[in-house]
Amino acid sequence: MIVATLFFYLFAGICVASGFMVIAARNPVHSVLFLILAFVNAAGLFVIAGAEFLAMILIVVYVGAVAVLFLFVVMMLDVDFTQLRQGFLNYLPVGALVGIVFLVELLLVVATWALGLVLYTRYIYYFQAAGLVLLVAMIGAIVLTLRHKPNVRRQNIAEQNARTVKTAIEIRHVRPGDGI
Amino acid sequence: MMVISLGHYLAVAAILFTLGIFGIFLNRKNVIVILMSIELILLAVNINLVAFSTHLGDLVGQVFALVVLTVAAAEAAIGLAILAVYFRNRGSIEVEDVNLMKG
Repeated sequence: MIVATLFFYLFAGICVASGFMVIAARNPVHSVLFLILAFVNAAGLFVIAGAEFLAMILIVVYVGAVAVLFLFVVMMLDVDFTQLRQGFLNYLPVGALVGIVFLVELLLVVATWALGLVLYTRYIYYFQAAGLVLLVAMIGAIVLTLRHKPNVRRQNIAEQNARTVKTAIEIRHVRPGDGI
Repeated sequence: MMVISLGHYLAVAAILFTLGIFGIFLNRKNVIVILMSIELILLAVNINLVAFSTHLGDLVGQVFALVVLTVAAAEAAIGLAILAVYFRNRGSIEVEDVNLMKG
């Protein structure tokens, strides 16, 4: 029990400190990294509280998707981060190791059973609504950011499927000795 | 010896929530930090939900935390898409510049 208490204070302290650094850091990239730290520690708090599945989901969804999205946008938008160019392949083994560990942990979590019994039966509408929210968000994000450049030639599949032999090929009889 | 109780979790969540609110109001540089502050606020909400779920022995709190997580992810995606479009149009994400719709 004392171990759980100690870890609670560790996670809570780091979580609050990194939450403070999120709003205090001057560089937005540092803010995103502190946000990731806050989420990881909040996942630790969830584990202590007994919500292992939610902790894993927090890691996978937030650190894996949302924070990476934030990093992506920060790096894409702002222009004054020239010092942040470093090798990607150097971190690939570490990243792969962490990913595999999380995958194994996610597969090994067995406390999901009770949550699934509730989530897929009584709260199936909330579950479906969550999926709908994600779908709408995905469509909205694509619609907002998709942009067709005028000078790029694109594949028009309907036009391609509408081609027949009659419209595509013109057969002309050329007599020998004459040009077309 | 102190045993972690509901109040400890609520204190952590309250501090995180306050930090998020502060982040929204104090930040004058760019909108991305505001979005991250909103993420902090939703994280605090999730901590509250999970803490109460454990305290009451009811799994419904975790279901709602899952829903909040989904909404937070969707909000981040939409917000960042809007931010990307805005940056493309204006060339800046300063908070002071976002006053075009001020009457």
